[in-house]
Amino acid sequence: MEEVKLMKGNEAIAHAAIRYGMDAYFGYPITPQSEVLETLEAEMPWETTGMVVLQAESEVAAINMVYGGAASGKAVMTSSSSPGVSLKQEGISYIAASEIPALIVNVMRGGPGLGTIQPSQADYFQATKGGGHGDYHLIILSPATVQEMADFVGLGMDLAFKWRNPVMILADGVVGQMMEKVVLPPFRPRRTDEEIRQQCPWAANGRHGRDHRNVVTSLEMDPERMEVNNNRLQDTYRKITEAEVRYEEKFTDDAEYLIVAFGSVARICLKAIEEMREQGIKVGLLRPITLWPFPTKEIERLSKQVKGILTVELNAGQMIEDVKLAVEGRVPVYHYGRMGGIVPAPAEIEESLKSHFLNV
Amino acid sequence: MTVEEIIKPENKVYARPELLTKNITHYCPGCGHGVVHRLVAEVIKELGIEEKTVGVAPVGCAVFAYNYIDVDWVEAAHGRAPAIATAISRLYPEDVVFTYQGDGDLAAIGTAETIHAANRGENIVIVFINNAIYGMTGGQMAPTTLLGQKTATTPYGRRADLNGFPIKISDILAQLDGTCYVTRQAVYTPGLVRKTKAALKKAFQNAMAKRGTSIVEVVSNCPSGWKMTPEKANEWLKEHMTEKYPLGDLKDVKE
Repeated sequence: MEEVKLMKGNEAIAHAAIRYGMDAYFGYPITPQSEVLETLEAEMPWETTGMVVLQAESEVAAINMVYGGAASGKAVMTSSSSPGVSLKQEGISYIAASEIPALIVNVMRGGPGLGTIQPSQADYFQATKGGGHGDYHLIILSPATVQEMADFVGLGMDLAFKWRNPVMILADGVVGQMMEKVVLPPFRPRRTDEEIRQQCPWAANGRHGRDHRNVVTSLEMDPERMEVNNNRLQDTYRKITEAEVRYEEKFTDDAEYLIVAFGSVARICLKAIEEMREQGIKVGLLRPITLWPFPTKEIERLSKQVKGILTVELNAGQMIEDVKLAVEGRVPVYHYGRMGGIVPAPAEIEESLKSHFLNV
Repeated sequence: MTVEEIIKPENKVYARPELLTKNITHYCPGCGHGVVHRLVAEVIKELGIEEKTVGVAPVGCAVFAYNYIDVDWVEAAHGRAPAIATAISRLYPEDVVFTYQGDGDLAAIGTAETIHAANRGENIVIVFINNAIYGMTGGQMAPTTLLGQKTATTPYGRRADLNGFPIKISDILAQLDGTCYVTRQAVYTPGLVRKTKAALKKAFQNAMAKRGTSIVEVVSNCPSGWKMTPEKANEWLKEHMTEKYPLGDLKDVKE
């Protein structure tokens, strides 16, 4: 029988990581995600699965530990919140450029600067457009429930290995901090070093009989060869875009209006949609689960069906740009957002949609 | 006649270490990096750990170190080598992990990573080349640049009031409980080369025995950056560098 537990999203991340067979977690405390590191330290997985847990001296060090672990073929992760994730961007760029797998969790708080410890979705641009220097993409998973916080740890690490590309779980502070029912994934053993050597023939983990040395690097001084590397990355991104788009649709079959929202906000929007449907207003919801690759084709399809689209975000309007690129001007697209750590009530969303589309 | 025919085996006193690749290095004539690379390659081979050694290359002149020593390597971001080495060492405790870093990498941008890896007593070897200048980027001031020393960013000489003082980072590292061996060596004479090799061997043996962090600083030269001939650079090194950075062991914890 499934064991249902009650816990915070951040705690679910930690438990899911141990159960996945994660080899290491490297982190640095920052609100509102410190429970990830705290839970791991309390669980002492090094005594059970052999998982390494290390509190680094900074987010910069933590992400570079992730880079080292990933370069050696291990399943490694880190977590942080917005200001800390800004510091991690250097390492994330190197990890993406070196084509190695890693999992990064960002439990977003409000910015810019030190901002606030309250929830936000203001790191959408940073996460989906690259974040650090150079042309690259992360696969971005957006959880809306504590269950998805747990599930996306395994999914994210699997995708990272499948594509040899870093994956980010981009959660808002609401999903990190709220407690909910969750069914944790089953325990699975960590891979042995022998399995890692077979699965990751590229990894720098000692030659151990290999007839050549492995070098994990993002450096290439020859422009012709560097462009080949760049093109190989772009080719991977095209394949990911074709294969890995994930989203959820609700009430879209007969929808005349569409709300696009991600993370916890999508759940608030669903409440607003249910209330509007009781009033006879046919509103549907599209919740992107992967923010990159973005469900462009699905929004394009729906834009040929509905009269207008509202995006709702905990920011000044970031995802709306990708929605507009998908809609290509077919119907009007508006944004409703709250900032500063304020989470909108369903009535605000209802009011915004009505004011834009129903002249109410 | 081939080289093999000219050099009779019984007369051979030196050969390229087996672990050095045939790649032509990008180092300038007279630079100490080539000697230290050779010593690291010899020590790894002599200890028989080439199959389980992972190197972490820095950003700086040794950025291409992975082209020259035939072990697995990870290329670090500037200054982050000790963090990367920490992860690999913790995840493969039976492997031997070393970083190879310059003064800017280790004692400026990577100060935090260096001090905290050493303070945690990670079982790694840190090979630290101190030539008091940023060679790769064209000869700018390093944290270890001497007072009065001219560089591209201290064209009239380093001034304490403007640029602060040269940092003796190895002395700081020797204070940390996590370090088992901190030594400062040089390679500008054959005798010193032999001493440096012995120091490197001790450092790698410490890592094999999981005794904590070992740091081998090599006070070196930069003929191109210092704008001197190799010979003059070594004279200047002996006269000025070893005065500020005296050679010898700073810490050697016995079993």
